[in-house]
Amino acid sequence: MTTRSAVALAVERVGHAFGDLVVLDDINLAIPAGEVTVLVGPSGCGKSTLLGILGGMLAPGAGRVRMDGPVADDCLNPLTYVFQDFSLLPWRDVAGNVSLVLEDSGLSRGERRARIAEVLEVTGLSEFAGVWPKQLSGGMRQRLGIARALAVRPAVLLMDEPLSALDAQTRALLLDEFSGLIARTGATTVYVTHTLSEAVRLGQQIVVLSRRPGRIRAIIRIDRPLAGRGADDPDLRATEAELWALIRNDAADAARALEHA
Amino acid sequence: MRRARLNMHKQVPFRAGGFAPRAVPFVGALTLIGLIGLWQLAASLGWISTRFLSAPAAIIEALLVLANSGELWLHLSASLVRLAWGWTVGTLAGVVVGLALGLFTVARAPGMAVVSALFPVPKIALVPLFIIWFGIGEGSKIITLAFGVFFPTVINVLAGVDGVPRNLIRMGQSFGLSRRSILAKIVLPGALPSVLAGFRITASTAIILLVAAEMIGAEHGIGAFVLSAGNLYDTDNLLAGIAVLSMLGLAVSWVIGWLERRLLAWR
Repeated sequence: MTTRSAVALAVERVGHAFGDLVVLDDINLAIPAGEVTVLVGPSGCGKSTLLGILGGMLAPGAGRVRMDGPVADDCLNPLTYVFQDFSLLPWRDVAGNVSLVLEDSGLSRGERRARIAEVLEVTGLSEFAGVWPKQLSGGMRQRLGIARALAVRPAVLLMDEPLSALDAQTRALLLDEFSGLIARTGATTVYVTHTLSEAVRLGQQIVVLSRRPGRIRAIIRIDRPLAGRGADDPDLRATEAELWALIRNDAADAARALEHA
Repeated sequence: MRRARLNMHKQVPFRAGGFAPRAVPFVGALTLIGLIGLWQLAASLGWISTRFLSAPAAIIEALLVLANSGELWLHLSASLVRLAWGWTVGTLAGVVVGLALGLFTVARAPGMAVVSALFPVPKIALVPLFIIWFGIGEGSKIITLAFGVFFPTVINVLAGVDGVPRNLIRMGQSFGLSRRSILAKIVLPGALPSVLAGFRITASTAIILLVAAEMIGAEHGIGAFVLSAGNLYDTDNLLAGIAVLSMLGLAVSWVIGWLERRLLAWR
């Protein structure tokens, strides 16, 4: 009987191309259990492609991803995504969207209800259980995306630019909530973003990818707990500047290039 | 074009009006009542010949007589049974085939070829063939309706399935949902708006084909009744039959509107 998942991912010689366009080249990366790994890099560097490969939503053109470590008994979906566009079903209310991912699991109706109530509680959505997604603000939609992901008690949480569709104020507020929720679940987390302030607030391991074809340019560790990281912490600002220095030239090139994909 | 003046001293005028029609309640019903009133007035004043276009009062009277004698129900029930069978059979088959074309690569190309080839054929042209195959009775009429309903249904279901956002299906896959759950909980509800929009088209197609088939060979049915009234120069009864068809169309459209409000409240 395992009470807590502790799954590490190992990316081994992963490469990927869309047609002639090589987006990832020879990526080797250890994603430690229970930590937050952030993937950053210029537009089109293959961050989201790598995230898709990590969760088995995209078959890599080369190499493989291994997962190692215990998965808790109550985990229904070890590799679980939070999507940039929320991917909510508009025809299901808030509770129904969470229920969707529990209905194939063999949980009893009572257990399902308990899990739905619990995740809506921690994401502050309890009073909106019967509301349609169209009635929710962007921030609340992504809270629901998080609630749905937490409901399956994931071993690995894969977050694909979860805040980039939101306005700056909502982003700042949700970032605080995310860091609390991630710390609390203890799930191994891979977080893709191009916002460096998010990277330094959440990342224990920050992986910088180079411009296409994406290769690992640098890995920066921040070994401080998420809880103590404030928005205007000078050490984090310094790390952010360091990250920007690594990305800046690539980002400028990417901004001038034509979009292929 | 004149050159812009350098100085302007006036309030900024509002220029974004219009192009935004609103629905005003009861105006639709009042319009119909008003038009019928005008028609009656024109008939009463002798502006139009009631031999060619009966007055509304005469048509209503003819309807009441038909209703009281039971003749109305005799024809209407025959028509409704054909309509219900033909539409249901065509819709069920269309939904199944449309889903197959929407979901399976193997079915899509061959299926689309057949649908594209047969869709443009006026189904009324097939009635003589269906009469040879299925006899002059109910079979040929129901098949004609079903056939006419089938193709638009296939096309709408297919469009609906294609229109389900890919990201929602991928979300379902990423949470490990079964194929069956993805179909039942993501694909079908996602396709429903398009399917219901298709119902509006197929319901009116079915009514058109119903009347045509009944005019070709039927003892009872609104189409047969209208045809025989015409043969007798009985414009009162003829227009009474047309009025029943109009009300039938309104009723069907109301039912579909009600379904849309119930099932698509999330939109």
